[in-house]
Amino acid sequence: MNLLNESRELLHLARAHGIARRYFVVNGFDGALTMLGLIIGFLLSPPTSLSLMLNACLGAAIALGMSGISSAYISEVAERKLALSKLEESMIKDLQDSAHGRAAKWVPFIIAVVNGAAPLFVSLCIISPLWLANAGISLFVQPLYLAVILAFLLIFMLGVFLGRIADISWVHSGIQTVVIALTTTALIYIFTG
Amino acid sequence: MAKSHVKRVVLDILKPHIPNALEFAQRLAQVGEDYHVSLTVLEIDEATQTIQIEVTGDSINFEALQLTINEMGGSLHSIDVVEVSSQPTSDTQHQP
Repeated sequence: MNLLNESRELLHLARAHGIARRYFVVNGFDGALTMLGLIIGFLLSPPTSLSLMLNACLGAAIALGMSGISSAYISEVAERKLALSKLEESMIKDLQDSAHGRAAKWVPFIIAVVNGAAPLFVSLCIISPLWLANAGISLFVQPLYLAVILAFLLIFMLGVFLGRIADISWVHSGIQTVVIALTTTALIYIFTG
Repeated sequence: MAKSHVKRVVLDILKPHIPNALEFAQRLAQVGEDYHVSLTVLEIDEATQTIQIEVTGDSINFEALQLTINEMGGSLHSIDVVEVSSQPTSDTQHQP
């Protein structure tokens, strides 16, 4: 059985698909809004070098990724250990060698990777125009504006994804998340502009 | 000496709610190529279920069944019914 199938089966056994999906959306959204905030902040500030902006965004993206991995891992390990020991008590049996034992060991790791990778991946997508411009590739729009467009697009897509999960109108759900991003932008303008 | 084959076993098992009865029975049926599994839930508690499993097949591999039950977090409480039939080996078949 390959790693992907094994992971899928353990997530199914631990009934953790929903948790992983929720973490992906929540932290992806975190990553997108953080990058949007940073980029709007740079747009409202006096011009600064591209490499400085890129380093600041990359630093925040890595920190979000690490925060996602460590926080989810620590909390999930504690939750899974507790659930396993309760089940062992009910079964009056050591379940370490069973699929339940393997799930308690690996599911926190899988969820942590999802939790950390989501904001990192979303952030890297958003800052990719800065990176391309820094590498000398000419873009049709200013890199900061292109990053803002990408941020709104990804935020809309996360909303669409949520809408499809909840089986509600994806347009409504997508617009809802975009409104949150617009409100965030407006607040940044009010407090920093 | 004749070789014996286990044709039917009825087992009393305590198992967690997950995997559910359907998944549990399917996994046990996959242990052998011609296994027929019938599962009855006898009792449901907060975190566990007591089930009765009846497995029929041409030659049941009991150790493999037990390993699969343990793998799914189940605990075999008792073997309630066993049906075994013997088949003469080639040596005994040619005896005068």
